Amino acid sequence: MERIVPALLVVVGAPAAAAAYIAAAEAMLARAPSSRQRAIRPWLWAAPALAFIAVFLVYPALSTIALSFRDAAGHRWVGLANYVFAFRSPELLGALWNNVLWLAIFTAATVGLGLLIAILADRVRYGAACLAVVFLPMALSFTAAGVTWKFVYEFRPAGAPQIGLLNAAARAAIPGFLPRAWLIAPPLNTLLLIAVGVWIWTGFCAAVLFAALRSVPAELTDAARVDGAGEARLLGQVVLPTIAPTIAVVATTMAITSLKVFDVVYVTTNGNFGTDVVANRMYKEMFTFQHFGRAGALAVLLLLAAGPVMAATVRRLRAEEALR
Amino acid sequence: MSTGRTALAAVTASILLLAAGAPAGPRAAGGTVSVLAVWGGSELDSFRAMVKPFEQRTGITVQYEGTRDLGAVLTSRIQGGHPPDIAALPGPGQIAELARARALVPLAGVVDAKSMAQEYARTWIDLGSVGGTLYSVFIKTALKGLVWYDPAALRAAGYRVPATWDALLALTRRIAAGGTRPWCIGLESGAASGWPATDWIEVLLLRAAGPAVYERWYLHKIPWTDPAIRTAWERFGTIATNPAYVYGGTQAVLATNFAEAPFPMLAVPPRCYLHLQATFIEDFLRKQYPAARPGADLDFFPVPAIDPHFAGAVEVAGDLVGMFRDTPASRALMRYLVTAEAQAIWVRRGGALSPNRKVRLADYPDPLSRRAAGILVAAPVARFDASDMMPQAMQSAFYKAALEYVRNPGRVGDLLAGLEQTARDTYR
Repeated sequence: MERIVPALLVVVGAPAAAAAYIAAAEAMLARAPSSRQRAIRPWLWAAPALAFIAVFLVYPALSTIALSFRDAAGHRWVGLANYVFAFRSPELLGALWNNVLWLAIFTAATVGLGLLIAILADRVRYGAACLAVVFLPMALSFTAAGVTWKFVYEFRPAGAPQIGLLNAAARAAIPGFLPRAWLIAPPLNTLLLIAVGVWIWTGFCAAVLFAALRSVPAELTDAARVDGAGEARLLGQVVLPTIAPTIAVVATTMAITSLKVFDVVYVTTNGNFGTDVVANRMYKEMFTFQHFGRAGALAVLLLLAAGPVMAATVRRLRAEEALR
Repeated sequence: MSTGRTALAAVTASILLLAAGAPAGPRAAGGTVSVLAVWGGSELDSFRAMVKPFEQRTGITVQYEGTRDLGAVLTSRIQGGHPPDIAALPGPGQIAELARARALVPLAGVVDAKSMAQEYARTWIDLGSVGGTLYSVFIKTALKGLVWYDPAALRAAGYRVPATWDALLALTRRIAAGGTRPWCIGLESGAASGWPATDWIEVLLLRAAGPAVYERWYLHKIPWTDPAIRTAWERFGTIATNPAYVYGGTQAVLATNFAEAPFPMLAVPPRCYLHLQATFIEDFLRKQYPAARPGADLDFFPVPAIDPHFAGAVEVAGDLVGMFRDTPASRALMRYLVTAEAQAIWVRRGGALSPNRKVRLADYPDPLSRRAAGILVAAPVARFDASDMMPQAMQSAFYKAALEYVRNPGRVGDLLAGLEQTARDTYR
């Protein structure tokens, strides 16, 4: 009951407040000279959204950037010290390198596998059912996925019953196989964590790309077939170029997902044994070590890394708009 | 304020009435008190049992929230302006920070200083205080640096409990030569992985270099590169990094959860004979092997002396709770938690030693915990778990370095130099 009342207030109150704001704005606008009305109106209508963006996105971003030049408690200016630390600490360099691995392998694997699954699913009648199965892991929270996979990689010494799926399966398949503690040996452990990420996200890529494939006009593919194009050529020269913008958007989303990867690493290894990533370091600097300056610097580094990816997407979207 | 006082008075009065055995008076206003701590599984059951009489008496509901990453969750809750009413603290090392940040409420007017002084050893009160002000209290403690073993199995194999460190090493070699791995070790513990290794290093330093060096170490008055510290690491490494000495080899040491690590010791036939862990592990073992009889199938001996000078020094640890929001309900709970009555409940359920002197030895459920409690009370010198005394960043780096050491013992010099760098950075 305590929660229903505020919830109702929000559900009913927020739209009411918005409507009241617009009515008030229009009333004010009616008093302005009619020549100005057209110039002012968009700003008045956009003002609440702009205010929200300013308060919840722009201000925190600027404050994080400011924080990254300050000391542990966030009081004193320390110049570039936090960034120097980030690029000198071997642990952080390791984390940066792991993020590069995530970026390259995770993005390539999710988009590549997603595309493959979408193409195959597009060619069979039960394609949608296949997609649903691949998509299932998305329904799990990433923490739950991390815990689940921790069990998959679980290790028991040789001679004891293997409760980890991977060791049990390997022992059943390969005679004389000795169980391994998968999560403690780099660089394999990072690859295995990336595999968890791929397991979660491939379904999403496949679903989006499948929808794009379905929207390729039949006239286009029919025309190509009439012109004598084989299936491989049809795919490579007609279908893929047509859905290229969608592939680019999916790849961008995956690239950014890989940069901010945290849950899976935190739950399975907590960054031990050379599996650390920048976002996990940021969490530790912030909440365990309470070094707000360093945490801020790491956040800025992640933002900078995501920048070029975002910029490329925006440029491409603009170019497409221009084509239309 | 006046209503707060009235409610408080009512709560206190009802506790006093009931404690005196008076018939149940009118219930206090009730309300809730939130508690944040690390307990899960059977520990959580024991905590719930401990607060149950309190809830029944006062009508106050204890809302428990568990986390495996206490330091981080507590920090974010405090920063966000929503601290729990009462929380367990990561260790005495963090009280000063929290007190300075005014996150902790001083307990001077909350718990009775006089009865605290009567019921608790000075050490426990000091560990919970900053600059003479009490900020937190221990609700249970543990004796660390104990070697657990199965007396029946050890005897059957013809081995005997060693009296010195060298004898322990000789026993290790003999068991290994007999074809069984002598030790079971498991260092995995989620976000705190590595802490069991730091327990080894701590107790080996305490036994070899004594309490003074030990204290200077966690206060960072001697560098991590000090030979005494390096020797302690290497003594631990002699056992933990030798694949012939540990069940499953070093990868099992790194990948096995601390709570499950000792289980192969009581398997038939035993997969190992020795396991170093604090008193609480008895509870884990007895839940797993309900038929094991304490004393006959399960027993412990303290890690034997390395320098006979420091034979009596014991390492202890414990769960501290502090108050973050000053409400009548949280005051009432704090006052209850320090009592012998509350602590005896957890003690009787196993897995805990009480710092409160009024908890009687007879309250301990089995001869092992009784003996551990006796050692704790009689110890001439007690030192708290050093990693818990360090700043959090230092503690976390220590855990991590200890794991790295097991994986790569040749890097000990590098790792200690790295820890020294972290220490210079951290002790401010």
